[in-house]
Amino acid sequence: MLGNLIQQTVNALTIGSIYALIALGYTMVYGVLRMINFAHGEMFMLGAYVAFLVLSMLVGDVGMAGAIALTVAFLVAIFLVGFIGVGIERVAYKPLRNSTRLAPMLSSLGVSLSLVTGIQILAGPQPVAFPSFFPVVRYEVMGGTITSMQIGILVAAFVLMFGLYFLVNRSRIGIIVRAVSESRPTAQLLGINVNGAISMVFFVGPLLGAAGGILYASYYGIMSPSMGAVIGLKAFTAAILGGIGSIPGAMLGAFILAFVEVGGTALLPIVTHGVLGTEYRDVLTFAILILVLLVRPAGILGEAVSEESIVYKREF
Amino acid sequence: MSVAETLAAVRPRSSRAVAFLVFAIAIALIAATPFLPNYYIRVIDSLLIYILLGIGLNIVIGYTGLLDLGFVAFYAVGAYSYALLASPQLDLHLPFLLILLVAACLGAITGILLGIPVLRLRGDYLAIVTLGFGEIVRIIINNLDWLTGGPKGIARLDKASILGIQIARPVDFFWLLLVVVLLAGLVAWRLERSILGKAWAAIREDQDAARGIGINTTNAKLAAFATSATIGSIAGAIFGASQRFVSPESFTLQESVLIVLMIVVGGIGNILGIVAGAAILILLPEVLREFAEWRILFLGLLMIFLIIVRPAGIVPRSFGPDKLIRRLIGK
Repeated sequence: MLGNLIQQTVNALTIGSIYALIALGYTMVYGVLRMINFAHGEMFMLGAYVAFLVLSMLVGDVGMAGAIALTVAFLVAIFLVGFIGVGIERVAYKPLRNSTRLAPMLSSLGVSLSLVTGIQILAGPQPVAFPSFFPVVRYEVMGGTITSMQIGILVAAFVLMFGLYFLVNRSRIGIIVRAVSESRPTAQLLGINVNGAISMVFFVGPLLGAAGGILYASYYGIMSPSMGAVIGLKAFTAAILGGIGSIPGAMLGAFILAFVEVGGTALLPIVTHGVLGTEYRDVLTFAILILVLLVRPAGILGEAVSEESIVYKREF
Repeated sequence: MSVAETLAAVRPRSSRAVAFLVFAIAIALIAATPFLPNYYIRVIDSLLIYILLGIGLNIVIGYTGLLDLGFVAFYAVGAYSYALLASPQLDLHLPFLLILLVAACLGAITGILLGIPVLRLRGDYLAIVTLGFGEIVRIIINNLDWLTGGPKGIARLDKASILGIQIARPVDFFWLLLVVVLLAGLVAWRLERSILGKAWAAIREDQDAARGIGINTTNAKLAAFATSATIGSIAGAIFGASQRFVSPESFTLQESVLIVLMIVVGGIGNILGIVAGAAILILLPEVLREFAEWRILFLGLLMIFLIIVRPAGIVPRSFGPDKLIRRLIGK
């Protein structure tokens, strides 16, 4: 029992940390642009594909040794996807910055569709086996099994999240980004480079998303062009649950969501005596989301913006 | 003569010509459809169903300004109403018109049920909750095997008939859908101009001001959800009757997103825009069929391009059906 509990907790933490990496991208973009970036799930997918490509080039053509090649591929992939994110913002969202709020969101849907189909054309629609980025060793902890892969994912995710925390709260760039997300016109009046701050967000968000994608593909040993859609939706739900626009909220939401999912899978059939099976896991997730939003309409840690707040006006 | 004067002299006649052309093409298409091969009639049928869905969703998105990403749930309610009430599944075989009525009522009820909890939420939260609602409905349909047949769906639905006239061939559905689309379009267009429609517009433009001048925003929003859901549900029932098979696959999130895109690409808040958006997003993939997945890539890029070039849609909100008619008769 205890072993099972430990094992499920570690499972939830692993999935939760991957969700958190992606949810952060949603929440940061929302923070500065008040825009839901539907193409963010595709950054997650691109991360896995780019890493796979870089890795096969490094190992095949350059003949680099395993562990170094993996580290290099990971870093190259996340930075590349970061730059792709900046490029996409320039082309597809920047021209719409003073348009209706719906326009950039739908443009991002177009981006998402193009990226998924583009990868389908380039790499084929079928799922591809993904190499493990960590050696798999099993540890027995009080009857539960934990793999070194899970530990590796947790460490990598927490390093990245700590890096983000440092960047946002302790660096000059972070001050600029926070100022822009507080009030874009005021930041502009104070001489802050607003475009730079937005580019920064569209660099960091996809970078974290891509890292999440590599970790996820490595955890499950598989990647596919459509992997971004499902996980993107989950991470987006997590960001909303925690309060979109809030960075700690995104992390909290992601872990709550992961625990609900893992707990739901394990407990639903037992609690309901088999009436509701594990297939109702996502129903539980969304039901909890709706319940939380009924009590706290702005999410758990969201800024308490009432319906009458200025954000609501000129919505569409 | 200055440029402005030249333009002023040319414009009325040319825009009248445009209006005339639009009508001529529409009538020619309608007249030619019955003589096309069945495959093309089916494509046009599905186009009409999407236009109907667009008209329904537009009431919530275009008129009231609430982003609903779970519209497909109402579509599913309608389709499964038909599937359960006119198939061997529960061994019920009710007449088509009665089912249409039942579907409309069920749609309205589901619309209000969804409306009540989400009305407090701000725009983006509303979007995700409606999205979650759509997914919940789909997952439940997918897993309630004893009632809905689960992922296999329900097959062998009855042939529809209205007052003894059987509606089974694609061309029958074409006429039925044409009538329903025109009716729904008329209802939506008149509603937009009614007191209720003006309340919707007020909510869309500024919710606080709307409340300030005494509009009951809760009731107006509920009315928008109910009307939109009713139209969506009717579209679903007709869809079920025309396919004679329903399965959860037809009611995914992508479908909701497609309808939203149709509205926004075409021209938000405008029925003519919905027709244009549906023509691009539904017909284009059919026309470009031989290019397989390249057409989807093209569609995605086209979407970005259209939204950047025309953020308010291909047909602007101000150019409604009344303007088209007025141009045609030259007033």
